[in-house]
Amino acid sequence: MSTLIAERHPSDSLFRADRLPHIWCPGCGIGPAMHAFAQAMVESGIPLARHVCVSGIGCTGRVPGYLNMDSYHTTHGRAIPFATAVALVKPELQVTVYSGDGDLFAIGGNHFIHAARRNVDLNVICINNFNYGMTGGQVGPTTPMGARATTAPFGNYEQPFNLPHLAAATGAVFVARWTSLHLRQLKQAMLRAMKKRGFTFIEVLAPCPVGFGRPNDIGDAMEEMTLYRERCVVDPGAPLESLGIDLREKDHPITLGNFVDIERPVFDPLAMMRPAPENNAVGKRQEGQ
Amino acid sequence: MKGEPAVLTGQHFLLGDHACAEGALAAGCRFFGGYPITPSTEVAELLARRLPEVGGLFVQMEDELASMAAIVGASVAGARAMTATSGPGFSLMMENLGLAVMMEVPCVVINVQRGGPSTGLPTLVGQADVMQARWGSHGDYAIVAYSPASPQECFDLTVKAFNTADRFRIPVLVMADEVVAHMMERVTIPPAEAIPRVERKRPAHGPEGNGFLPFKPDDDLIPPMVHAGEGYRVHFTGLTHDERGYPALTAPAHDRLVRRLVDKVRLRESEIVEYEEYCLEDARVVIIAYGSTARSARRAVGLAREQGIAAGLLRPITLWPFPEERVKKLAERVRAFVVPELNLGQISREVERFTSLPVLGVNHAGGAMMPPEPILEAIREVAG
Ligand SMILES: Cc1ncc(C[n+]2csc(CCOP(=O)(O)OP(=O)(O)O)c2C)c(N)n1
Ligand code: SF4
Ligand SMILES: [Mg+2]
Repeated sequence: MSTLIAERHPSDSLFRADRLPHIWCPGCGIGPAMHAFAQAMVESGIPLARHVCVSGIGCTGRVPGYLNMDSYHTTHGRAIPFATAVALVKPELQVTVYSGDGDLFAIGGNHFIHAARRNVDLNVICINNFNYGMTGGQVGPTTPMGARATTAPFGNYEQPFNLPHLAAATGAVFVARWTSLHLRQLKQAMLRAMKKRGFTFIEVLAPCPVGFGRPNDIGDAMEEMTLYRERCVVDPGAPLESLGIDLREKDHPITLGNFVDIERPVFDPLAMMRPAPENNAVGKRQEGQ
Repeated sequence: MKGEPAVLTGQHFLLGDHACAEGALAAGCRFFGGYPITPSTEVAELLARRLPEVGGLFVQMEDELASMAAIVGASVAGARAMTATSGPGFSLMMENLGLAVMMEVPCVVINVQRGGPSTGLPTLVGQADVMQARWGSHGDYAIVAYSPASPQECFDLTVKAFNTADRFRIPVLVMADEVVAHMMERVTIPPAEAIPRVERKRPAHGPEGNGFLPFKPDDDLIPPMVHAGEGYRVHFTGLTHDERGYPALTAPAHDRLVRRLVDKVRLRESEIVEYEEYCLEDARVVIIAYGSTARSARRAVGLAREQGIAAGLLRPITLWPFPEERVKKLAERVRAFVVPELNLGQISREVERFTSLPVLGVNHAGGAMMPPEPILEAIREVAG
């Protein structure tokens, strides 16, 4: 007779079961996206012991703590420089930064653009829930125009970042945007990022019913998901500058896809110590001169 | 390209900043993350050339927030890692210094003190970051801070800083000052095998099996350290955590953790504290001075003795932990203390905590080296 109830979930060993229950609210979009990441790690074929996850602070920053892997929950905004050093010291590791929109693009924005410029061998996954979830729904650098937040009680009047455009412009070699509803595509994008050397960026739009959905009359998680489903179009060829998100206009699409997939030299502090032509010194001295 | 060896054995005529850099290399530092700032820049400049030559990593980060985060990251991946900075940059490093304390990640920070607050005197000497070194990051913690008074000590104490950091799993500070960092003197670098080396304590068992507790301390209150990618699947967090490394956000868990982090250093203070004594045997007046100011104090001792005043010098080599037992002991038989420093009274307060004798500060906000004369004047005043 076969057992009807599995004692363990197939992905149990990927999670720290002894840490459950998690801190996330019902309907939060972080959990499904974390699950996609766990699956991508398994499917990557890279042994789990070689995956490392680093985060900053926030609801999303708690992701690494629930994954049964080497995980580092650092300070607000500083996951990228921390992870940069881990990746440089142990290049054989697959290092992923998993953090929130505020963490990566407000307090940590400077680190993001420089790591992208350098093309550090890092995967950055940003859960964009359009607000600072952990601190209770404040406005942030990705809050859409007009949206209400506890610190934007009359509606947000600041132009938000278009994250894929920012990542591409600053040098990321792989750039994608999916939602916590598009888990299969998200996992595929994560797999692609893990296969690539260099700085990759995936934006994941995810509901935060508590901090964003309710104050903006979107409703609970189901309704926020419905909004994404109705507004989303998959268009990997869309011009990067058209990828801004505006929830005010009903016909303004939320464009998803894998937008950038290019190759360029990966950050290597020892590049100039390697024999030419691997290095790319300006004004190389001629041999024998 | 073949460069010089990591340990530059021999006699050299070195800048204090360069001696710090050579000390780091000799200690096995293989990661430097930093951001240029006077008067510490020469540390970075030398390492930018020397580290790659020995297969190490030099990264000029985008700022000091990143620099400090990077050395903590490099260290959890297994490298001996360091940064060097000065006043404004030191302020920016404070939050992640606390992260290193909380995660118990060894690393070394060199702070070449200049005049503050704010941009202050970028090129001129100060000693006013001494209390920031002790208390600059939020929360309670213990710290070790060395104070070099010569380029030779810049070398020796940087080596020592790495060993202390690894032994206790803490960040260690080298609190140089502009005068010491920019002076050139003879520095003797011993053969590689004579460079003292204390290794990080590592787990006794491999990652197989369950139940490994990455933050369970041994009797010395220090947990063995595991590095990224070794298969232990550890969690490090700046949140208050339990022995598994998991967040434990309760009052008892917090008190237990913070006490251990402080006690692992405090209970070993006698093994960490270092100082130098000069003419103390018969001294009636004791000068307590550190860094470049100790050089002037030594001269003041000589001048006082020429005038028949039994003066002596206690030079703390560790500012933190402060040599309080030595001060208490001296207080039993001397008349007074004189504390010259390039700030408006920081270590003098510390001295006051351990004696009821007169403690006379000789203070200048910084910008020039302390001359011996005002120190001598203070000695004469308290000698009566
Ligand atoms: C230096 C610092 N400033 C502020 C905070 C408070 N804080 C914690 S999380 C957070 C915002 C997190 O927002 P986001 O990165 O979008 O993550 P989310 O919670 O939405 O997943 C803030 C401001 C902090 N922890 N550290
Ligand atoms: S506040 Fe928002 S982001 Fe945080 S757990 Fe709740 S739903 Fe998720
Ligand atoms: Mg957010």
